[in-house]
Amino acid sequence: MSDLLFPLSTLAATAPDIPAARLSALPPATRLVFRGREAAIGPAGIAFGAELPRQACRFKRSGDRLAAWLGPDEWLLLAEDADPAALIAEIEPAVFGLPHALADVSSRSLGIALEGPRAAYVLNQGCPLDLSETAFPVGMVTRTVFAKAEIVLLREAPERFRLDVWRSFAPYVWGLLEEARRELA
Amino acid sequence: MLIITCPWCGERPEIEFVYGGEAHIARPTDPSALSDQEWADFLYNRTNPKGTHAERWRHTHGCGRFFNAVRDTVSDFFVATYKPGEPRPDLSQDDAK
Repeated sequence: MSDLLFPLSTLAATAPDIPAARLSALPPATRLVFRGREAAIGPAGIAFGAELPRQACRFKRSGDRLAAWLGPDEWLLLAEDADPAALIAEIEPAVFGLPHALADVSSRSLGIALEGPRAAYVLNQGCPLDLSETAFPVGMVTRTVFAKAEIVLLREAPERFRLDVWRSFAPYVWGLLEEARRELA
Repeated sequence: MLIITCPWCGERPEIEFVYGGEAHIARPTDPSALSDQEWADFLYNRTNPKGTHAERWRHTHGCGRFFNAVRDTVSDFFVATYKPGEPRPDLSQDDAK
């Protein structure tokens, strides 16, 4: 795998195994951004296979499909092992004629998983959000900042976070996470 | 760090936001009917108060939405935040803060 296509592959291959906060590069996934008005939201969720959450900062997962609230009319649709064009072809007929935008942003970002009892502590080295489970429960997602980079942060389990980082920022974020968890080795 | 309450996302750190100038400035419906002075007032002249100020903010690194906030320009205290389109809240009793 080339570093240009997968800038994290070299970093991930040499990353030390620190059980308190395990860092791993996630395989490429299909990402779509859906924006639409009221009428289009429901049908889009049904066609995608995971309901688009209406509650702010929440995601819903159904099988390998994940729909994450990013804004009042904006959702990130994540699907592992799906072809972007095929996925768009599945959703478009359901929202035909309704005002909406559906864009393929698969190549824009890379996924990083951070797992372990000290995962929130490590994230807080660069992210000022309150990551306690009362303030940031499982099922919460938000766009936020990590140091100088914008990330999409999902809490998949009490001790597992998923970060979606813009491709060119990925080595930078990875490096900072690596430095932050070094003390836990 | 200053905590700002986004009307959609709730309490968030200041670095997720950007300032967007004074709020409640409506573009004149017929600009050609305005005098130069009136047009200049719309474009450039702002109230710049010492005390509570209604201003626009954008939750750039969050939901991405613009919203309005009433902030005390002396203490930097955010008195209230509200969604765009909503009227400026009456906060006369809070002005003492």
